[in-house]
Amino acid sequence: MNTVLSRANSLFAFSLSVMAALTFGCFITTAFKDRSVPVDIQVSKVMIKNVDDFTGPRERSDLGFVTFDISANLQPIFDWNVKELFLYLTAEYSTKSNALNQVVLWDKIVLRGENTKLNMKDVKSKYFFFDDGNGLRANKNITLTLSWNVVPNAGILPLVMGSGHKSLAFPETYETAKSY
Amino acid sequence: ILSSGVFQLYYQVLNFGMIVSSALMIWKGLMVVTGSESPIVVVLSGSMEPAFHRGDLLFLTNRVEDPIRVGEIVVFRIEGREIPIVHRVLKIHEKENGDVKFLTKGDNNSVDDRGLYKQGQHWLEKKDVVGRARGFVPYIGIVTILMNDYPKFKYAVLCLLGLFVLVHRE
Repeated sequence: MNTVLSRANSLFAFSLSVMAALTFGCFITTAFKDRSVPVDIQVSKVMIKNVDDFTGPRERSDLGFVTFDISANLQPIFDWNVKELFLYLTAEYSTKSNALNQVVLWDKIVLRGENTKLNMKDVKSKYFFFDDGNGLRANKNITLTLSWNVVPNAGILPLVMGSGHKSLAFPETYETAKSY
Repeated sequence: ILSSGVFQLYYQVLNFGMIVSSALMIWKGLMVVTGSESPIVVVLSGSMEPAFHRGDLLFLTNRVEDPIRVGEIVVFRIEGREIPIVHRVLKIHEKENGDVKFLTKGDNNSVDDRGLYKQGQHWLEKKDVVGRARGFVPYIGIVTILMNDYPKFKYAVLCLLGLFVLVHRE
């Protein structure tokens, strides 16, 4: 311990060990927490069209339009090891051609420190709700759920579904006149 | 070194060989346990900010039984390209027999990844997936990025390490 170099070396090694221990501590103290909270989803408007899928495959497919309200209190989820919550609203349904379909209609990033009380009204979907085919028309059972990906400071990246869902049904006929 | 004798030299070489093969065994072991050919990757772009920044480290698994669901962060490779991309699954259509096609998008991008896929390719499939991101540690991978962007730095570090190993034994 009598040269600048060996002192710097010890200091460096010690700070690295302390940081590694802190990071591991962050991870292990929050690894088994339940990160779910209740969520309330309401649907106000539902419409369906049948057009060429201009977002990709260019086949004639069903295009759904949904307007919804979401409210949830996300405050209990945030702790010392949560950096960000990536929220996403999923529409899940099955059709004749596909046993399981999941489409993300809307997403939002909530960082630690931002407003954690979610209360959105009359939200239109952010992403086009195209089906792979024509399976939305007269589909009685589309389930909307709100989930989030917990991004920690260090540790596991879990996907958590909020408790509470909303089922909706699409109409039997396509809308030709109205624009959304 | 030469003055210490041939025995010392053999000992050093064997020691070095032990360290290298232990590291290799740990890496291969991780590959088997996680099922992924790259169990640890470094984030290279800012397309997933503010969740991941350049230089963050991701731990992946790629078990075939794990189904692909929306919201998951997947690391995939586009046919013909070497660099893997870390983005989030936006849409899935799965058939009864388990065949699934899905679409991805980076959190920080305004459009989905169809512009990145091969010409004419609209969906990704399980075979394109290198792994699913399950764990994350910030900043550690910066060293890998530095070494790639500044090859002189890589050679400098290697030379210094080599010198240190040789001199330390005295």
